[in-house]
Amino acid sequence: MTAGLWEHWLLPGIWITVQLTVLGAAFAAVVAFTVGIARTSRLWIVRFLSGLYVEIFRGISALVLMFWLFFVMPLAFEMQLLPMWAAVLALGLTYGAYGAEIVRGALNAVPAAQREAAVALSFTPAQRMRRVLVPQAVPEMIPPFTNLLIELLKATSLVSAVSVADITFAAQLSRLATGESLQIYAIVLALYFVIAFALTRLMRLLERRAKAAVGKGPDRRAAGGRRHLTGGAGPARTLAGAAGTAGAAGTAGGDR
Amino acid sequence: MTWDWDVAREYLPDLLEGLLVTLEATALGSLLSFALGLVWAMALRSPRRLVRWPVAGVVEFIRNTPLLVQLFFFYYVLPTWDITFSALTTGVIALGLHYSTYTAEVYRAGIDGVPQGQWEAATALSLSRGRTWYAVILPQAVRRVVPALGNYVIAMLKDSPLLALIGVVDMLQTARAEGASSFQYIEPYTMVGVAFILIAYPASLLLRVLERRLGH
Repeated sequence: MTAGLWEHWLLPGIWITVQLTVLGAAFAAVVAFTVGIARTSRLWIVRFLSGLYVEIFRGISALVLMFWLFFVMPLAFEMQLLPMWAAVLALGLTYGAYGAEIVRGALNAVPAAQREAAVALSFTPAQRMRRVLVPQAVPEMIPPFTNLLIELLKATSLVSAVSVADITFAAQLSRLATGESLQIYAIVLALYFVIAFALTRLMRLLERRAKAAVGKGPDRRAAGGRRHLTGGAGPARTLAGAAGTAGAAGTAGGDR
Repeated sequence: MTWDWDVAREYLPDLLEGLLVTLEATALGSLLSFALGLVWAMALRSPRRLVRWPVAGVVEFIRNTPLLVQLFFFYYVLPTWDITFSALTTGVIALGLHYSTYTAEVYRAGIDGVPQGQWEAATALSLSRGRTWYAVILPQAVRRVVPALGNYVIAMLKDSPLLALIGVVDMLQTARAEGASSFQYIEPYTMVGVAFILIAYPASLLLRVLERRLGH
């Protein structure tokens, strides 16, 4: 690959992929907590609407949603978003829907006695959520969130289809320019893998912090399960490992 | 600009034809991923490190890189090695290979769920390793992972539109082509989105019932 392509496309491409991942994840987290908490509401209409949201956005293919946001929204609503923001919107809405199920599962996994104790202390529902339930549920959420984050990172490659110049887009361009398909795609695959690895490490650090904050040690069982498959060095937590940690979170991963 | 029913009606037959391709890719990709995933899961249980470690590395690599780039890799790199497949075959291979790393994990959970005593009993009966897998472990492991495998079929269905990007004439590609020729994007893309919901939601309901039946 020539130096020019590397400097002008691939490096900026990496930056755009990282930005998309961070912004998409932030937006998805907001959606996940909002919708996930709404799903535990006492009002049936709130539960119904948030459930509807989850089913719709988990049902649509992320790529189809992206095409819809790019090509239909400007025509139908005369509302054009910058490609980057349309991409963040698509990623956040899709992965927020998956995340909402994780949040709901983790909230339900908080022992019922904690809820009852908060009621007995006459906390308001908002206080109960903010001071008791969410802090205890967060450490449970992190392993499935790590999986979701890797999924989101991988889904950022879809934006290349709507001409956002991320790594995959740069790869396509480089392939057209040089024809060196093998080298280019090998490099790009390795790049994604490196980013995924870094994200997984970061999330594991976060998990340890979050667990320590509510007075729980690191989960040895999940770590052991993971080592079994990867020899200790693989990036993404395996699904089973995450499921082990999520434990009572049950169907936390939704249908992924 | 608003929704035009005439346009929608005009596109419907072609989109349904595209839907068949979407379903075909999903079905073939699923079969491939079920078979390959079992191979990975069994290899990861191998007593030999020389088998276990490379497989673990490959599985982690595939799982942590995007399907889209893998799709492009197969589509553009294989021909340079004089291996040529149709776009659909290439897509099915990429889809099946990618999801096999997920189904491997499902099988692993299923295999872990078989009590240790079953392995020991097989040893006591001096069954060969192949026979132990085939006659003792797998029949017990596979049954309980069926609903989890179903979840990945739905995930594959939702990822199959990626095949449009290497030119497979599936539902999304049909919508793209027809939208581009008439500049009417609202109807085809919306119909494709609705079609996915109409298939994915009942499918996930069905799986939930199945899961309950199998006692999870």
